[in-house]
Amino acid sequence: MKSTRRSFIQKTALFSGAFCLGFDWFQANGKEVSMVQTTMESGRFNAFLAIDPSGKIILYSPNPEIGQGIKTAFPVVVAEELDVDWKDVEVRQANLDTQNFERQLTGGSGALKHSWERLRKAGATARKMFVQAAAQTWNVDASTCKTSKGFVLGPKGQKASYGSLVAIASKLPVPTEVTYKNRKDYQIIGKRTKGVDNQSVVTGKPVFGLDIEKPGMVIAQIIRPPFGATLKSFDAADALKMPGIVDVVSFKNKVAIVGKSTWEVMKARGTVSCKYNSGDFDSDSTHQKWFDEGMKTDKATVQRKDGDFAAALARSAKVVEATYECPFISHSPMEPMNFFADVRADGTVLLAGPTQVPQSAQKAVASLLKIDEKKVEVELSKMGGGFGRRLNNDFALDAAELSSIIKKPVKVMWTREDDMGGGIYRPAARYHFKAGLDASGNMIAFYLRGVGINAGNATRQDNFPVGAIENVLVESVNQVSAVTTGPWRAPITNFLGYAEQAFLDEVAEAGGKDPVQMRLDWLARAKSNPVGKITYEPDRFIEVIKQAAEKSNWKKKPGIYQGFSVYFSHLSYVAQVADAQMVDGKAKITHVTAVTDCGEVVNLSGAENQIKGAIIDGMGHALFAKLRFNDGVASPTNFNGYRLIKGNEIPTINAYFVDNGIEPTGLGEPALPPTGGSIANALYAATKKRLYKQPFEV
Amino acid sequence: MSIQLTVNKKKMSLDIDPNTPLLWALRDHMSLKGTKYGCGIAQCGACTVWVNGEATRSCVLPISAVANADITTIEGLSDHGDHPVQVAWDELDVPQCGYCQAGQIMTAASLLKKKPNPSKTEIVDGMSGNICRCGTYHRIQEAVKLASEIASKKKTKSTVKKSA
Repeated sequence: MKSTRRSFIQKTALFSGAFCLGFDWFQANGKEVSMVQTTMESGRFNAFLAIDPSGKIILYSPNPEIGQGIKTAFPVVVAEELDVDWKDVEVRQANLDTQNFERQLTGGSGALKHSWERLRKAGATARKMFVQAAAQTWNVDASTCKTSKGFVLGPKGQKASYGSLVAIASKLPVPTEVTYKNRKDYQIIGKRTKGVDNQSVVTGKPVFGLDIEKPGMVIAQIIRPPFGATLKSFDAADALKMPGIVDVVSFKNKVAIVGKSTWEVMKARGTVSCKYNSGDFDSDSTHQKWFDEGMKTDKATVQRKDGDFAAALARSAKVVEATYECPFISHSPMEPMNFFADVRADGTVLLAGPTQVPQSAQKAVASLLKIDEKKVEVELSKMGGGFGRRLNNDFALDAAELSSIIKKPVKVMWTREDDMGGGIYRPAARYHFKAGLDASGNMIAFYLRGVGINAGNATRQDNFPVGAIENVLVESVNQVSAVTTGPWRAPITNFLGYAEQAFLDEVAEAGGKDPVQMRLDWLARAKSNPVGKITYEPDRFIEVIKQAAEKSNWKKKPGIYQGFSVYFSHLSYVAQVADAQMVDGKAKITHVTAVTDCGEVVNLSGAENQIKGAIIDGMGHALFAKLRFNDGVASPTNFNGYRLIKGNEIPTINAYFVDNGIEPTGLGEPALPPTGGSIANALYAATKKRLYKQPFEV
Repeated sequence: MSIQLTVNKKKMSLDIDPNTPLLWALRDHMSLKGTKYGCGIAQCGACTVWVNGEATRSCVLPISAVANADITTIEGLSDHGDHPVQVAWDELDVPQCGYCQAGQIMTAASLLKKKPNPSKTEIVDGMSGNICRCGTYHRIQEAVKLASEIASKKKTKSTVKKSA
C-alpha cells in the first residue's frame, strides 16, 4: 500500500519519534501544520531543517544549549547528510515543541546517542528528494545524479541548487529508504566546527536567560529559608516604601521582593527581615553522624552480589581497607539561576529562560497552576552553564508562582549568594572499601558500601572492575536530609569515580602490581569469562587504557610522578594519566593525558573543549570545593570563600580520541569522573600521602 | 540629580540612585546586556568593562564614581565585532557556555593595550583573575596570544600601506 503523506506523518510519529517529516504545509487543510504556518515562505522539510527558494538553509537545533556544544553538533550531522556547505547554514534554537521533537533536554550526555540516527535521516531524506527533483527535471535516472555543497549534479554536467529545486522537491512523496554517506566522505563530521553562537558571545548579544526583557516585566529576588526551616513572619514595611519597589509577597516559606530594577530590588531586599521557626537543622556534625550510622547499619541495600565476599575475604592473604569522603558542593554556573514567567489572565503562560529540561518545566508549571500543558509555552535561552543545576525546575516554578500571585510578567533573578546558598547540591557521600588479595596479590574479594546524603544509591554497582572479580558485595545506604540535592555533572560518579580509582591504586600497590597492567589483566578476565553481568565492552576499555599508557609515556618520565585512572560512564570510555611534579617542595599537577572513546567525534573542536573543560572542572572541585552547613545554612556563598579553579592553576592537557567510527556516545560528562582519581594517584606518587577526602586542599 | 557619562562613545545622562553599581546601570538602564553579573563582589570578572581605558569590575562600582568617565563595554569594543581579541576568540572557538567571555575579552583586550606582545607568563597572570566555570582557560590563553599576533600583523599592514 502506498503511504500517503498523512500516514507517513503518523507513522514517523509512531515509529521514529522525533523525526517528523513536516511536509504538512503542502496540505491545505492540515491541522498538523502549526509549526509550519510561520514558515510558509520557506520549505520547512521537517522539524530539523528548512530551505527556502533562495537557497538559504536553516537548521533547527532542538536541545537546550548549556555550553556542551549541542547547538553546533546537531546541525553538523544534518548538514553532513544533506550535503551542504557549512558556511551556507544558519542555525536557530528551536523552542519547546513536543509535537515535533522528543527528548528536548540536556542531561546524561545522551543527546547525540539518542539523535544520531534521526539527524542523519533528516538530512539524507531531504537530500534524496532534491536528487529526485533534479532527475525529474532533467529527465535522467536519479542514480546518475550526485550532490555537492548544496547542489545536485547531473550526468551531463547539469547543476541545480537545492533552493531552485524546493518547489518540485516538496511535492514529491517522502522516500522511506535512504542511504547515508560513507565515513571517508565526511566533509564536516569529525572536523573542527566553530560554535554557532561565537559571534553573539564575543559581541555581547543578549542571548542568556538573565538578559531576557519582556514588555511590562518586573524583576524579583526571593529570600529562601534555611534548609528544613519554616517562615514564621517577615517584615517588609521599609522595603515597600523604597523607590522602585512594586510588591513584597510570601509563598511556600519564601519572601519575594518585586521591583522595577535589579538594584532597587537588591537594596530593598536588604531591609526585609524574616523570622523562622527554630529546630534541629542540618549541620556538618549531623552529616558526620549519619555517615557513621550508615556505615554501621545492618540495613544497607545490597546492590550487587557475586560469589561469596565474606568467605573470600576470610581466606585472603592480604586485606586492603579504606574510607573516602566527598562533601556537598554547589554547581556554581557562571550565570546564576533565573527565569521569566508570565501567567496571564487568559489562562496562558509564557515561560522563558535557561533550563536543561523545558518539557519538565512546562509540565511542572501546568501542574502547579492546574492548567493544561498546552497552555504553557516555553522559550529556550542560551544557558550560562548548568552542570546539572538546571535539571531542577525550582527556579521556573518560583517564577510562575510569583507571576500568578502578582499578576505580572516577572523575571526572578538569583544572586550568587542565593545560588550557592539555595541548593540543589551534589550530595555528600562516604565510601568504605575492602579488598581481599590472594598470595600473588590478585584481588579475589571486593566490597564497597556507599553512604550518601540524599544521594539515592551512592554506588554504581556494575562499575569495572566488577565483572572481573570473583567475589563482590556492593551496598548502599541513603540518609535523608532537608538539604536539597540533585544531579551534578556526572551524577554520583563525579565523586564515586575518584574514590574507586584512588582505592584501586591502593589495591595495585598492596598487590605489587602496575595499575595499568592490573586493569588490563582484569579486562582480559571480564572478556573471556565475566563474573555476572557486565555493562561495559572490555575491548573498548582496553583500547583507551593502552593508548593512554602509550601517549603518556606511562612510568617512563624521570622526575614525573604519574597517576592512572580509567572510567566508563554515559556509554563513553576515558583513560587518564595525570603527571605531578614537585614545585617548591609542593606536589603540583602539571599535565593530564586523556584518551576518550566516545565513538564518532562529531565536532573535534567542541569535543576537545568538553574533555579539557571536564578535567579542569573535576580537578578544581577535587582540590578546592566544599560547602559547610550550620543549622540549615550553607556556607560559603560566594567565590571569595568558595574557590573555583583559575587559569594559573591548570595543567596542560592532551586530549586524544579513539578513531573507531562507532555510533557517537556522551561527551559532556565522561571525562570528569576519572579526574579526581588520576590526580589523587599522581599526588600520592609524588608525596606518598593518600588523599581520602575532598577537597584535597583545605 | 542626573549623572553624565560616555558609554561606547555615546553621551548618556542617567537619573538613578547614585549608588547603583555601573553593572546594573548598564544592564537595566542602558539595555547593554553584554556585561554579565557573576558574583557581585568583584571576584569573578564577568562584569569587566573599561573605565577611562582601564579594565574595571563594574559590579561594585557605584555609578556616581564614574560621572563624566568614558566607559567601554563589550558592545563597544569594536564596530563590527572584529577587534583582534574577538576574532581570535572565534578563530580558536574559545567559548563553551559563553557567559564569562565578555569579561574575559575585555580583560584580554586591556592586557594587550598595555603589553602588545605578552609572554606566556604575562598572559596567564593577566587573565587568571577571571573565572571560567566551563574551564576554557587553555583556549583563552592561546587566543590572547593569537590576538596579539593578529594585532601586530594589522599594524604591519597599515604601516606598509602608509609607507607605500
